[in-house]
Amino acid sequence: MQDKISGAEMIIKAIADQGIDSVFGYPGGAVLPIYDAIFQQEEVKHILVRHEQGAGHAAEGYARSTGKTGVLIVTSGPGATNTVTALTDALLDSIPIVCISGQVPTHLIGSDAFQEADTVGITRACTKHNWLVKNIEDLPRIMHEAFYVAKSGRPGPVLVDVPKDIQFALGDYQNLNKIKHKTYNPILNPDEIQIKRAIDLLLNAKKPIVYSGGGVINSGKIASDYLTKFINKTNYPITSTLMGLGAYPASEKNWLGMLGMHGTYEANMAMHDCDVMLCVGARFDDRITGKIDEFSPNSQKIHIDIDPTSINKNIKVEVPIIGDCGKTLKKLLDLLPDNIEKIQKPFTDWWDEIESWRKIDCLKYKKNADVIMPQLAVERLYEITKNYDTYITTEVGQHQMWAAQFYKFEKPNRWMTSGGLGTMGYGLPAANGVQVAHPKSLVIDIAGDASILMNIQELSTAVQYRLNTKVFILNNSYMGMVRQWQQLLHGNRLSESYSESLPDFIKLADAYGATGIRVKSPKDLDDTIIQMIETPGPVIVDCQVASSTNCFPMIPSGRAHNDMLLGEDVPDEVVANAISDDGKVMV
Amino acid sequence: MGKKKPTSTYDLRSNSEQEERHTMSVIVDNEPGVLARVIGLFAGRGYNIDSLTVSEVEHEKQLSRITIVTYGSPTVIDQIKMQLERLVPVHRVADLTAEFGELGAIERELAIIKVAGKGNQRLEALRLAEAFQAITIDATLESFIFQITGRTREIDRFISLMSHVGLVEVSRTGVAALKRGAEGL
Repeated sequence: MQDKISGAEMIIKAIADQGIDSVFGYPGGAVLPIYDAIFQQEEVKHILVRHEQGAGHAAEGYARSTGKTGVLIVTSGPGATNTVTALTDALLDSIPIVCISGQVPTHLIGSDAFQEADTVGITRACTKHNWLVKNIEDLPRIMHEAFYVAKSGRPGPVLVDVPKDIQFALGDYQNLNKIKHKTYNPILNPDEIQIKRAIDLLLNAKKPIVYSGGGVINSGKIASDYLTKFINKTNYPITSTLMGLGAYPASEKNWLGMLGMHGTYEANMAMHDCDVMLCVGARFDDRITGKIDEFSPNSQKIHIDIDPTSINKNIKVEVPIIGDCGKTLKKLLDLLPDNIEKIQKPFTDWWDEIESWRKIDCLKYKKNADVIMPQLAVERLYEITKNYDTYITTEVGQHQMWAAQFYKFEKPNRWMTSGGLGTMGYGLPAANGVQVAHPKSLVIDIAGDASILMNIQELSTAVQYRLNTKVFILNNSYMGMVRQWQQLLHGNRLSESYSESLPDFIKLADAYGATGIRVKSPKDLDDTIIQMIETPGPVIVDCQVASSTNCFPMIPSGRAHNDMLLGEDVPDEVVANAISDDGKVMV
Repeated sequence: MGKKKPTSTYDLRSNSEQEERHTMSVIVDNEPGVLARVIGLFAGRGYNIDSLTVSEVEHEKQLSRITIVTYGSPTVIDQIKMQLERLVPVHRVADLTAEFGELGAIERELAIIKVAGKGNQRLEALRLAEAFQAITIDATLESFIFQITGRTREIDRFISLMSHVGLVEVSRTGVAALKRGAEGL
């Protein structure tokens, strides 16, 4: 029998036993025992953030880029409430993170003590599950259960609220990593009969399409490999959601680009006109479907998802398959006939049709010799960084969509973005989290001038830990996506969307002890990007881009997939009338 | 495009889907906050609760049984069941209405009803209570409290009649339900 150890020590031990080498956090009164335990060990490294939201996003970046679970430690009250945005972000994007929050001592709970908040109450709606630990005997079980719940089934955030007296209390620690959970045991292995039904549909398809999502990434690299194998074997066209980019290599010929509101013309048209749709690990989000009752009207749909609630939630499907994406794709490949190219209906006409859509070249934009077009900036960034070991994060807005459209992802876990919640301020702390997990890699936050200011304080974290995090700001002096919608919906009345009084990003970087580089001319763009990569430590690039450029193509809200606004030559009145009165109530 | 303002273009619920009343049994760990999780799910996702009953049913195993009467389109009802199953402390969810039909499950509710009145009104209240096999559990010179058990509809009917003979207030337990036959959930 081991000696008794304190609750604080148990927490760190459980984190180490789960194979987590780095945690993100911020100390405070109610977690001092945990920080004391951190001080006295070397297994788990602690990264001090500058705001608890940053700890949450950093944990997300760590999790998303490694496939492991991210961990953050925060104090009670404001420490815990500051994590709410990050927890919600992780909930919507299915990112496994464990938040350890301190709480006032058990005998003070409910007394409105200093820095007391009902943390489990507040976070109940933004976690998969949460626990308030009331007895030291429960702590080892709850810690390991927390990691289990965060990672299994559809991953997500969990929170363990630990009162200060429990952190001090002594108890027996056990590594309970491998115990079967009494209630939460999600289905991982798909039903073979359903897979056979899916294959029957697929073999008779004349216009098949695969639409994949973040579930493939969450299922691990093996799932991406199976997906690629499946496409190679069947020759189906494939598109993906924002969250699923990188699961299938963007350089392959079957890749149609991202779909949805700012997806490519070919991807959306193919989704609209297909006759059999195979959805793998995506959830028919409104940014994907556009107008529900005109979504892919003539197709039979197969939906693979680990979460039964995702099935038939937004779109009715003919063949639901509940299971892990990797396991299900493997089974699908196993059961697919070997001579499939002979059995399946030929679909050369379908590919011809897709080629005709591709010829529209929906991502084309007006080149400009004097001003940097934001699209060009991302294109050049891709060309110059593609041979590096690169990870990309983004904030939220136009720059995010340009990054998704113009940066080509070849591998999973390389793309970290806030998809479901759309959290401005996600990118920089997430990039720090990625950089901590991959110290030698090139990690770039493609940012906007407005978003970056939402968590700019995390630059200090990057400087402290000598992280090489690069921030590439597409600076157009506007909240670009807000302005774009005001132009579409609100008669071009640009209410509060101009970024008045932006800081001088060069001086800002300098003040933090980082490096700032400004670029204004397309001819200096490549050199600046190279300089950014070669400068050690954190770097901010203030890339001043054409300020009035909008993000196209676009499915205006309330419209269907085959009703897209295409890029460069959209006249003003089309923009002004793009959204009907009915569409205007939509977000 | 019709004149009708959509609540959302993304709204799935087509008009053709009739709303149905379903009774669900949910077996949960009797731990702090479990009821809040269930209710929070209904509130957060805009589901309806007509009746909710909760009590510990197996002390040894610390299991509680929550009986929820809800209504919604078949799609929504399916979602409710799956969303409940996804909660970590939930052991089992049974949609009694879907699995066993209207007649396959027994539903009972208890209500206590206070009426006040004099003379004929008082007599009438007593006669009605007798007709409904309600029990008188409290009486003063001006009032009665009746206790009635039965199906929700019977209780509704009894209360509506009592409103003509001096109804003061009502307290109801909500629905308890079990499937018929030898097996449990």
